[in-house]
Amino acid sequence: MAVVLDVQSLGISFGGLRAVDNFNVQIEKNELYGLIGPNGAGKTTIFNLLTGVYKPTDGQIILDGENITGLHCIDINKKGIARTFQNIRLFSNLSVLDNVKAGLHNHYVYSTAGGIFRTPKFRKMEADMNKEAMRLLKVFGLDGFSEYKASNLPYGQQRKLEIARALATEPKLLLLDEPAAGMNPSETKELMDTIRLVRDQFDMTILLIEHDMKLVSGICDRLTVLNFGQVLKQGETQEVLHDPAVIKAYLGD
Amino acid sequence: MGKNKLSKKNFLQSDACTYLMVILAYLIVEIFVRSGHISSLMKGILVPLCTYSIMAVSLNLVVGISGELSLGHAGFMCLGAFSSALWSNLMEDKMPAGVSFLIAIFIGACVAAVFGFLIGIPVLRLKGDYLAIVTLAFGEIIKNLINALYFGIDSNGLHFSLKDSLSLGLEKGVKPIINGAQGITGTPKMSNFTIGVVLLLLTLFIVLNLIHSRTGRAIMAIRDNRIAAESIGLDVTKYKLLAFTISAAIAGVGGVLYAHNLSSLQALPKNFGYNQSIMILVFVVMGGIGNIRGSVISAVILTLLPEVLRSLNNYRMLMYSIVLIFMMLFTSAPAFIQYRQKLTQVFRKRKTDEDGKEEA
Repeated sequence: MAVVLDVQSLGISFGGLRAVDNFNVQIEKNELYGLIGPNGAGKTTIFNLLTGVYKPTDGQIILDGENITGLHCIDINKKGIARTFQNIRLFSNLSVLDNVKAGLHNHYVYSTAGGIFRTPKFRKMEADMNKEAMRLLKVFGLDGFSEYKASNLPYGQQRKLEIARALATEPKLLLLDEPAAGMNPSETKELMDTIRLVRDQFDMTILLIEHDMKLVSGICDRLTVLNFGQVLKQGETQEVLHDPAVIKAYLGD
Repeated sequence: MGKNKLSKKNFLQSDACTYLMVILAYLIVEIFVRSGHISSLMKGILVPLCTYSIMAVSLNLVVGISGELSLGHAGFMCLGAFSSALWSNLMEDKMPAGVSFLIAIFIGACVAAVFGFLIGIPVLRLKGDYLAIVTLAFGEIIKNLINALYFGIDSNGLHFSLKDSLSLGLEKGVKPIINGAQGITGTPKMSNFTIGVVLLLLTLFIVLNLIHSRTGRAIMAIRDNRIAAESIGLDVTKYKLLAFTISAAIAGVGGVLYAHNLSSLQALPKNFGYNQSIMILVFVVMGGIGNIRGSVISAVILTLLPEVLRSLNNYRMLMYSIVLIFMMLFTSAPAFIQYRQKLTQVFRKRKTDEDGKEEA
């Protein structure tokens, strides 16, 4: 199996605080990888390092054989990492369709002047974009809401829209930051199916942060447990979840 | 569920309706003018109406679509006005008036765009109040620089000065073209209502089509959530700068229209000062931030109002503030919102009652 993401001894310090220290992970193509740990363990910090929001103090990030350490987050997205956020960040005043079309921005290119004068290229590109965006929305069962304002969607569907928007950028690796946060058990179950569907249908590699153990043990192939910025345990999901040190630090007896 | 929808595809909300409104208004006014049913006072403000509509649409691109508060728009208008008036003065009798005016429009837009771009690079790093303050300062700087600028031309070539007209060292009998605080005099009066409306339509065409294109979507996405926009690979700086530059260029065109409506052009606080910038912002806020058609309507109404109520002209700014405060209360104050909801509920109830009766 090809390694999509190879992180080598990644670390970041904020002043005297070592937020993440010596973090290593190799994620293989089409794998569903979980990142868990107590609050403040540094999970979201790792996401911010991977997506270029923070520049790592040391270590390197290799995506599909290419070193992307220290790139700006715009370029990192262009290289192939897309993410969702712990607190949903949609383009709330745009329509559901336009949210996804914004994600398609760098793949369907025409000039600003072309847009103003409505050239044939503009028409063709917009038509293609609409088609592709509707296809993505359909996968998430959102095609009936395409003209809705994004902020008017119910919570669970906003989460789905965020995933659809991230997928629109055609990433190699998808990062999901607590996708099940604020969801009830039945919504969480539906979300698990959606994540599996994304993996299978888009042949996607997924790294997710989650606190919901049912979701984690249900869909993750492998796990890394973080504690105080350091890796506590890494391995197959079931093996990790039954590890005494993990139970003591995170899961509780 | 229907009211959750963002865009009901009906005609009243379409761009075509906006164009149609402008064209209809133009035709009606034109009929009144031709048949002589309009006072010379009203005739005099037809071009300013177009100018301010263009300015309002231009500022709405920055404030409403790009989501940045700019208070320096009168500065860009000033640049467009002076650069184009300078061109027209130089080219008078050397070139057919129509061609010269077309080029003047182009020059006004370009000069304003260049300055918009240059000012935008440092300024757009700021956000919110800070951006507003700095753009306000830039607007004043532009106005004051032009106020102190002397420029003339003689057989020796071009002469610039920031001191006085004497230090230009012009040959005897040659008058400076830009004469400091006295500005430019003798600009050919090329602007008329028809040209104003055509330029307004062109502005609307550019802005509305921009909004509905890939670029406009990116600009609005960045406005709604900058972090998310970066996470999906949208170049934040590029699109903010683009919106600002296009807006400045359109403001420049507004300036060209303004300059060619007057025989003498001076950079006064009244026409290019910060009061003017605020007034344009008032048009935008009153018309609805992000609502392009609303900008045109409110610019027209708020420009007409003081002229219609000529006797109250001294209280114009007072009226603005009262209307503004009232609008803010009406749209945002909790008590007003409650009252409005109660009203709509009563109205709905009455309507359903009537429907019920009809069915019975």
